[in-house]
Amino acid sequence: MFAYLFLSLLLLSAGAYHLGRKRAFAVANGHIRKLHSLPSFYGSYAALWCFLPALIVFGLWATFQQGFIIDLVVAGMPPALRNLPPDQLNLVINDLKNLIGGNFVSSAPDPAMLAAADHYRHLRTIGNTALWVTVLSLAILGVVHAWRAISPTLRARNRVEQIVNIFLIASSTIAIFTTLGIVLSVVFESILFFQKVPISEFLFGLQWSPQTALRADQTGSSGAFGSVPLFAGTLLISGIAMVIAAPIGLMSALFLSEYATPKFRAVAKPTLEVLAGIPTVVYGFFAALTVAPLIREIGASIGLHVASESALAAGLVMGIMIIPFVSSLSDDVINAVPQSMRDGSYALGATKSETIKRVLLPAALPGIVGSILLAVSRAIGETMIVVMAAGLSANLTANPLEAVTTVTVQIVTLLTGDQEFDSPKTLAAFALGLMLFVVTLILNIIALHVVRKYREQYE
Amino acid sequence: MSTTTIEVKANLDKAANAEVRQNPLSSAQITDYDHRQTVGKITVDNPKMICRDVNVYYAEKHAIRHVSLDIGANEVIAFIGPSGCGKSTVLRCLNRMNDTIPICRVMGEIRLENEDIYDKSIDVVQLRARVGMVFQKPNPFPKSIYENVAYGPRIHGMVNGKAEMDEIVRASLERAGLLKEVDQRMNEPGTSLSGGQQQRLCIARAIAVNPEVILMDEPCSALDPIATAKIEELIDELRENYTIVIVTHSMQQAARVSQRTAYFHLGDLIEIGETDQLFTNPKHKLTEDYITGRFG
Amino acid sequence: MNKATPSPTPLQRDIKTIVNASLPRRHAAERRFRRYGLIAVSLGLAFVVLMFGNIISKGYPAFWQTYVQMPVQFDPAVIDPQGTRDPQVLQSADYAALVRAALRRLFPTVEGRLELRALYGLVSSGAALELQRRVVQNPELIGAEQEIWLLASANVDTLVKGNIDRSLDESERPIKDNQIGWVDQLQSAGKIEKQFNTILFSSGDSREPEQAGIRGALMGSFYTLLVTFLLSFPIGVATAVYLEEFAPKNRWTDLIEVNINNLAAVPSIVFGLLGLAVFINFFGLPRSAPLVGGLVLSLMTLPVIIIAGRAALTSVPPSIREAALGVGASKLQMVGHHVLPLAMPGMLTGSIIGMARALGESAPLLMIGMVAFIVDVPQGFADPATVLPVQIYLWSDLPERAFVERTSAAIMVLLAFMIVMNGLAIILRKRFERRW
Repeated sequence: MFAYLFLSLLLLSAGAYHLGRKRAFAVANGHIRKLHSLPSFYGSYAALWCFLPALIVFGLWATFQQGFIIDLVVAGMPPALRNLPPDQLNLVINDLKNLIGGNFVSSAPDPAMLAAADHYRHLRTIGNTALWVTVLSLAILGVVHAWRAISPTLRARNRVEQIVNIFLIASSTIAIFTTLGIVLSVVFESILFFQKVPISEFLFGLQWSPQTALRADQTGSSGAFGSVPLFAGTLLISGIAMVIAAPIGLMSALFLSEYATPKFRAVAKPTLEVLAGIPTVVYGFFAALTVAPLIREIGASIGLHVASESALAAGLVMGIMIIPFVSSLSDDVINAVPQSMRDGSYALGATKSETIKRVLLPAALPGIVGSILLAVSRAIGETMIVVMAAGLSANLTANPLEAVTTVTVQIVTLLTGDQEFDSPKTLAAFALGLMLFVVTLILNIIALHVVRKYREQYE
Repeated sequence: MSTTTIEVKANLDKAANAEVRQNPLSSAQITDYDHRQTVGKITVDNPKMICRDVNVYYAEKHAIRHVSLDIGANEVIAFIGPSGCGKSTVLRCLNRMNDTIPICRVMGEIRLENEDIYDKSIDVVQLRARVGMVFQKPNPFPKSIYENVAYGPRIHGMVNGKAEMDEIVRASLERAGLLKEVDQRMNEPGTSLSGGQQQRLCIARAIAVNPEVILMDEPCSALDPIATAKIEELIDELRENYTIVIVTHSMQQAARVSQRTAYFHLGDLIEIGETDQLFTNPKHKLTEDYITGRFG
Repeated sequence: MNKATPSPTPLQRDIKTIVNASLPRRHAAERRFRRYGLIAVSLGLAFVVLMFGNIISKGYPAFWQTYVQMPVQFDPAVIDPQGTRDPQVLQSADYAALVRAALRRLFPTVEGRLELRALYGLVSSGAALELQRRVVQNPELIGAEQEIWLLASANVDTLVKGNIDRSLDESERPIKDNQIGWVDQLQSAGKIEKQFNTILFSSGDSREPEQAGIRGALMGSFYTLLVTFLLSFPIGVATAVYLEEFAPKNRWTDLIEVNINNLAAVPSIVFGLLGLAVFINFFGLPRSAPLVGGLVLSLMTLPVIIIAGRAALTSVPPSIREAALGVGASKLQMVGHHVLPLAMPGMLTGSIIGMARALGESAPLLMIGMVAFIVDVPQGFADPATVLPVQIYLWSDLPERAFVERTSAAIMVLLAFMIVMNGLAIILRKRFERRW
């Protein structure tokens, strides 16, 4: 329904554009050059006057209409329902929404609820009609205003360009808003969390079992929220991944840029890049259904006990995923070393491997370190592979054959159940998210800084 | 000298003399683009390196055509010519640096003390230890000054122990005229030196592996006049122990440092001879035009 | 020898011999190093082949589904006792009874409740729906008897594809001995056939593997990606244009640039947290709707489009800009008429690659609730939906062999889309690549 209104608004604006242009020709009275701007700018001027005010009102109205109507409906409900404590009132409102949407309700609807639902529908119809009327009239008023303002001296181009500029600047600030949004939302919820669980326990505690009492009178299970086992698990799996990805990635990059024929490189490089494009869900599936059982069988055949969700399986597959990161970043870095350095080494009689080991790698080292840091940051933040292939119980160990859990797995488990938003369990997820964000941010900043300084050296 | 050497030398001399012309060519004969005959005496009595009928192709482009010349032991020979004439290409053939360019094909004979350097039995690694190179833009490694010079001897396994390495580094730096300036800061990065000092560092680095020939590709073109003068002085001193081939686009520099000069033009070797004689009394019209500034 | 170099060099030994001595060791080291590099590249390539091979071999059988041919009698007494041909009546008749009757007709000797139940278990519960569809479409069928191919149950399908170990003890198998016997009989009578699995593409999720399809997930992905594109492309291009052409070089723009670079490297799950806290909790948007999913994914894709857009804009040479300004165009006209069209192919390429990445994302969508079991195919942006990668995640938990097949098949479809999109981006780049 809103879509139709939006389309109508667009059509009106298109019409306004044509009207505006015609008007510009009309006031020019044959002397086109007297117009300050091109006729198309007058058209855009009219279109913008039609579109923008109406759009703003549309947006605000549509966002707040539902909440407003719900408030009115609640006010109209019998006192028994109206004065419920907030949690239960929320449940009632949920039921109301379900009734209105024609979905199933939790219990047999009582007459008060049905009446409220009717009230809601009634109000909503009124609201929507009013919305249509308001928006369309605003649009038309806008066109009229623009029509009257159009004259040869009207600096339409400047006005239009100003608006476009504002739009451009606003778009750019969305990036800032996103970062702000992330930081604020995560920090805010984390603060709520740290009010319930002390920060020292979170950072240094060795026990992670986030079971909290669901009702006030439930005994047993106060949750332990020590995140050290989670970070240990993350480090273990990321460590295994880097052990696999760093050598393979680096040596591949060296081979492809220094030894491979152009034909080989043209085939091999894109194929390795394919590994970067495969969705992580696919890696997770591969890890859970093929690699983990395989490792377990191999372990059993040589007498080792390997958990069915071993860190080794998850780390192995994550390493495969990261190979192209290390490889392509290292490739860039190695190619940035100027040819004159290679020439100088060859002219002294060094072999290719000697040149690589003694001149290229030390020269490219900062860049390679930067790319490894970026890869580590990627590994730490990876979710799907570990959700599908790593375990759920926090286990503080360095043994890759055991099952461990990571920060990202816990975030997912804590938030994909049915809990209220304020329980320490869900808030713990935000605290974990905050830690993850901070750690990856620091790694990324260091890595980008290192790579930039290294680039400057050669430019 | 062994009998084979005498025979080979005799054959080569015969071939060389057959191509020598004593009279200057008239303008009409200059239009023979297919095969220009080199004017002047290409042979020397004591050649260190010999080139015979060298042709270089970049993919399909015939860049260097039928170049034959001798490089005498302990002399400085300059390659001059307008840009794009192929002098650097010929230089890079002498230590097989053109091998690093995939589309480049070198044909003909190039001998270092009677061994054909393009022969399959020759190890290019060893060749480049005997024929060193200094580049146009100084390219010290991002290592310390000491390590820059020590690089060559280290990879070739020429040294046992630190004491010997110290000796070699210091001696090479001294020969390059740099020791006094860097003696107190051997561990600083090579890139912290000035342009002229860096180039002398590169020369020291090349000397450290004890080459027989040093190739220099426009070594002073990126340097200021004072640094240039220092390096030209150095070249004169180095002549005592090494054979030097220098490519330069400055005729004045060629006149200052070299004993023999070869003039190249669009891939052909036009004239070669004693420097004094070539600059005061060139035998070929093209040489004369270049020297008097009519082009280039 | 010749009276060549006098050699008052530091080294008194013969250089040639020394170097010669070092050569074998060095060349051996060179060969080893080269071999390590080749091994590394081969390992990487082997991993690619391994993964694709594994998934294709697992998923390929899912594109064919087992059907059983049965003599179905469209008994009017069951379907339409009153003979009214009332659509409501036809709709709600007990078609399952017809299926059961047909099965009994195939195997008249089977009796006893347990045995009969096992017999009925040969055919999928979806078979009844198929009969219902036919009758409602064509009421003439009532009273007729036809041989109809009906969907077999998942266990039969797995058995026919050879994935059940017959040597196992009966208690360890999902399919019983008597059922195996009947299936073998049907097969030798030619009444079992594998047909192309259109259900995979035409139906939404289901508890029964043989009736489960990815249509719901495909439509969900479509709506989500549409929202993502509509939001992130204009904003991304606008930001790139602003940062590249208009922004003054001051601390504010530096801050924006640093921000964008950092956002590009933030783990995707953090965006999911953002979506949960802000879009769902604060703004109250519906959970698990493509609208919210698209919002979250567009925030993730924005940095990619911005960075690609800036690279595209930088590659347009300044001479074009100067020429436009020189004939009197305003800055906006210069950008809009001259620079942007030239940079557009590069921007589109970057956007397509960003979209391909968004298509494969699942972690942030798990956060905003797209993990529910949703049977209906979504019709709009606010309907609850799931996306293809999340569907794969949900199915991968289910133990039945038939679901493993389908998960692999869904992965194949997802990978096919990614290959097509990336291929499109590469073709676009090659076609419009200009050498300035």
